[in-house]
Amino acid sequence: MIALIINISAFSLLFFTVIKDKQKAQKSLKQALVKFVNLLPMMILIIIMIGLILGFIPPEVIRNYLGSDSNIIEIIAASLFGAITMIPSLVALPLAGSLIEAGASYTPVTAFITTLTMVGFVTLPIELKELGKKMTILRNVFAFLFAIIISLLIGLLI
Amino acid sequence: MKKNKGKKLDFKDKIKKGLLNTIQYIIILSIILLSIWYLFPDKTNSSLNISGKYGLEMMSIFPAVLILMGLADVWIPKSFINKYLGDKSGLRGIIIAVILGTLPTGPLYIAFPIAAELLRKKAKISNVMIFLGVWASLKIPQISVEIKFLGIKFAVLRFILTLAALIIIGNLIELIITKKEKQEVLN
Repeated sequence: MIALIINISAFSLLFFTVIKDKQKAQKSLKQALVKFVNLLPMMILIIIMIGLILGFIPPEVIRNYLGSDSNIIEIIAASLFGAITMIPSLVALPLAGSLIEAGASYTPVTAFITTLTMVGFVTLPIELKELGKKMTILRNVFAFLFAIIISLLIGLLI
Repeated sequence: MKKNKGKKLDFKDKIKKGLLNTIQYIIILSIILLSIWYLFPDKTNSSLNISGKYGLEMMSIFPAVLILMGLADVWIPKSFINKYLGDKSGLRGIIIAVILGTLPTGPLYIAFPIAAELLRKKAKISNVMIFLGVWASLKIPQISVEIKFLGIKFAVLRFILTLAALIIIGNLIELIITKKEKQEVLN
């Protein structure tokens, strides 16, 4: 359903762009293609990883390590993992979905997604340069703490 | 004419680089998969079935998402964001920060220079922080993928909770950073 909505809006906007300005349409398609090719290795890796996780790791094991709604060590570990890894969120989201399917609970998975996107270890040098030490540290520390709060709340609400 | 040719080469090079990278990944993964398959043929087969299913699901949404991002790149110039996220305060400022952040424009590292530019133009710290957070975590293309793979209830809950958290974080940082410190950052 959501795939259909996104496809219809993307292709109707593209159609509109082709009519309005052929050069813009060409440029946007080229950019999309470059983005796709850049995403492709990570996408293949994640697709294979998802298959191996679901095919090889018994649900009990995943439930054991990622199945809790309140184990604070589990949540902090998931948050740290999200903060230091650099998986593009477009492919991290299917991975997160597969972990839920395999028996993980929403809390650690939410913590992972939230820090993956909001806390940026990899982009830290740029952020420091542009926003200065104090603002950067505050933003990332608060994002990390609130990721834990958000994930606990999602565990309660979902 | 010459300029045009140069651009084309650039595009081709990028595609070539990406494809070469992809081929490397495929070779390494094939070797790994073959050795796993040799040890556990049945489990590997079912794993590959699951991979295929997920691969198809990803391909049903990714090309459209990337086209949307490409279109946003050509239709929404960066100056647009600068123009609308000025020193608007209160609810209006927050709403504008959220809308501009969710637009399907580029990765986070291009948002930092925009944020710095906005601060230089005397935009409120809280709104700039909200803008950065929304840009990082609540972009429309990512949310559509999130709905597909984690469900609409999860996506909506995460959106609301994250937005609330970002508004609190933005205001906390605004309280902590003094005017003098803001000036130092900008100089």
